[in-house]
Amino acid sequence: MQHLLKATTFLVAAALAAPAFAQDDGGRLDIVVQPEPPGLMLGLVQNGPTQLVAGDIFESLLRYDTDLVPGPSLAKSWEISDDGLVYTFHLQEGVKWHDGEPFSADDVVFSADVFLRETHARLRASLAYVDKIEAPDANTVVFTLKEPFGPFINAFETGTMPIVPKHIYEGTDFANNPANATPIGTGPFKFDKWEKGSYIHLVKNEDYYIDGLPHLDEVFYRVIPDAAARAVAFETGEVDVLPGGSVENWDIPRLAAMDNVCTTGKGWEFFAPHAWMWLNNREGPTADKRFRQAVMYAMDREFMKDVVWNGYGKVATSPVSSRTNFYSDDTTMYNHDPEKAKALLAEMGYDGTEVRLLPLPYGETWQRWAEAVRQNLSEVGINVQIDSTDVAGWNEKTANWDYDMAFTYLYQYGDPALGVSRNYTADRIKKGSPWNNVEGYDNPELDAKWAAAATMVKPEDRAKIYAEIQKEIVDDVPVAWMQELEFPTIYRCNVQDLVTTGIGINDGPRNAWIKK
Amino acid sequence: MSILTAILGRLAKAALTLLAIAVLNFFLLHAAPGDPAVVLAGEAGAADEQMIEQLRERFGLDQPFYVQLGKYVGGIVQLDLGYSFRQDAPVSQLILDRLPATLLLTLTAFGISLVCGIALGVASAARVGKASDSALTTLALLFYATPLYWLALMAVLVFSVWLGWLPGFGYETVGAGYTGITRALDILQHLILPALTLGLFFMAVYMRMTRASMLEVSQLDFVKTAKAKGLSGPAIRRRHILRNAILPVVTLAGLQAGQLVGGAVLTETVFAWPGIGRLMFESLAARDYNTILGVFLVSAAMVILFNIVTDIVYRIVDPRIGATA
Repeated sequence: MQHLLKATTFLVAAALAAPAFAQDDGGRLDIVVQPEPPGLMLGLVQNGPTQLVAGDIFESLLRYDTDLVPGPSLAKSWEISDDGLVYTFHLQEGVKWHDGEPFSADDVVFSADVFLRETHARLRASLAYVDKIEAPDANTVVFTLKEPFGPFINAFETGTMPIVPKHIYEGTDFANNPANATPIGTGPFKFDKWEKGSYIHLVKNEDYYIDGLPHLDEVFYRVIPDAAARAVAFETGEVDVLPGGSVENWDIPRLAAMDNVCTTGKGWEFFAPHAWMWLNNREGPTADKRFRQAVMYAMDREFMKDVVWNGYGKVATSPVSSRTNFYSDDTTMYNHDPEKAKALLAEMGYDGTEVRLLPLPYGETWQRWAEAVRQNLSEVGINVQIDSTDVAGWNEKTANWDYDMAFTYLYQYGDPALGVSRNYTADRIKKGSPWNNVEGYDNPELDAKWAAAATMVKPEDRAKIYAEIQKEIVDDVPVAWMQELEFPTIYRCNVQDLVTTGIGINDGPRNAWIKK
Repeated sequence: MSILTAILGRLAKAALTLLAIAVLNFFLLHAAPGDPAVVLAGEAGAADEQMIEQLRERFGLDQPFYVQLGKYVGGIVQLDLGYSFRQDAPVSQLILDRLPATLLLTLTAFGISLVCGIALGVASAARVGKASDSALTTLALLFYATPLYWLALMAVLVFSVWLGWLPGFGYETVGAGYTGITRALDILQHLILPALTLGLFFMAVYMRMTRASMLEVSQLDFVKTAKAKGLSGPAIRRRHILRNAILPVVTLAGLQAGQLVGGAVLTETVFAWPGIGRLMFESLAARDYNTILGVFLVSAAMVILFNIVTDIVYRIVDPRIGATA
């Protein structure tokens, strides 16, 4: 039903978006980037700001629309063998690197097999399933897998597998290559200048291999460190686009009400940021399942969404986001029910032990969210102390399991095997990193199911297993799922076709144009 | 003792002080929770042990603490501030890149606050008890008490959003391609709001101090003598009172001048001014050790330098102060 709805919306949108005017060429786009990226070499750095800017410079083999359906990018077509083991990509012809050198299948093999295997932690996990990567000719690349890996088709996104130039990096020390300061890609925009602390300037790639693209002449990524100043920059017309999360939520309604201003929640489907609180399963009251369930019933998550997030987003009902493939709604629903919470606490004999709550140090919204949680929990008699720190301190505390409850959110990358299971399987319980099973949930039976679902060939088989997992894990409450975050993009309405893919602004300028 | 030997002695002490500061900072920073490898890995949204180990090795964090400290101090002694792995550039270059913007902002604010502060303080003292004096002191109190952050935001709201007279942030118009005079004027336009915001607080401080000091000195006997000699009011104020009253202001100005290079974190953040204060703040959040240590060290050097300069200025303003004082 949901897909049918999505499809209908898409058709209507397509019909509306196809009036009879041509796309105007030219113009510049000013986009806020926050915080300033540490570097632009996407093969080495993959944080949000770097992906935002470098997504115009680098490309991968595929792009994904807002329903996560793959489409051509550097690969013009592809086939997957029936046993799910062989992925064959046919590359675009006449593609050139920004320095004029020709691009070929060798670059793809080098990027995936040599460069990214060394530098890209997230891709490395997927590459573990790969037996060999070969280039039978200059325009064909073949990935052969050791065993089927369902989500492998999602690995060809720009931030996941950016294709880097072999002629520049082969045989060098990747991290210290001087070319990292002036990145060379195949994308629609070339790097021009980075005025540290002020802006990054990209210019149109005149030799781009798709005729007529890009439409824009140049893109400026503007560094504005203060959230209020970013809102002002948009109000005064200094910038045209505020990517999701760049202003505080309470500023959004004011900006959205201005003339010629549009907002969209699309463009985050590939990431599907999912927020929850880790509940320490090892010790303290949070080690008791009844306590964890009580936390779920005690919270009025709808209220938090409406007040703290100004209504943006959706209350999370499962570890899998409803925007990610294989979401199931056949699970226990934790509605706001303080009486039930109190009953559970009484049953376990909770003695009022203090629990420490670690908010995410990403600005005022997160602080307020933590305060709302504390208030809800204190209403049922849970004694919460908010334990604030900065980003580095948060990393340290969560990585070393020094918390009782801790806010976090993670991207899902379109598939539970890529972005969900890593937080729940026992083999991912490892001190020293906050991007794994930090809560210490250990359920061998489910571990086997997660593993089985990842390597099944048929999507319907995978869906069945994932539905079983979701049904069971939601009753265990290893973590307190809070919300499917929505970060609306705010932009001038005359900027057209800005968000057309599941990664939104990250590769949006490719198709964007400014209506004159 | 001649001025020169005095200065040399001070410089020698200063070098030792700086080294102690460097070592102390190193300990302090490493005592803070978290390290740059975890922050960098964390921003990628996914990390495995291999990645964190690679980063630690690259940053030199896998070495024992004393080795890291030894390397750092060894570099400092050779005037090498080290390398920022996060930003992939030498720290000295990062600081030098930001220096012009910071100096432009802080020096302008310094100039505005010093000149206006002293002038208003003198004017206010001359009209003590009158309505204009009350107005000036009230205004100064207001600027002194208002948080810089709020004042900055209000200035942007009024002059940039409502009136549209001045750009609200940034160093220059991005992508306009101005050169020469046009560019200078453009930067000047961008400079007005942050420099005024930053300058107002210190202006208030200088004004109140000048006024109080002027009033105090004007009660002294030599001022009566000057009056008895038949000198005019303005001449007495300028040559007799101000000259004596200015010493505490010089002390304070010396303290403020020492912070010129450290930048102004709040002002730079609100106005998106690409200065050193922001570099330091962002590096701190990222635990970019070498960059923070570099900024701290350069700031410390400036404080020491300006203390020495202040001492010299004392002697020019008031020749009664000897070299050993």
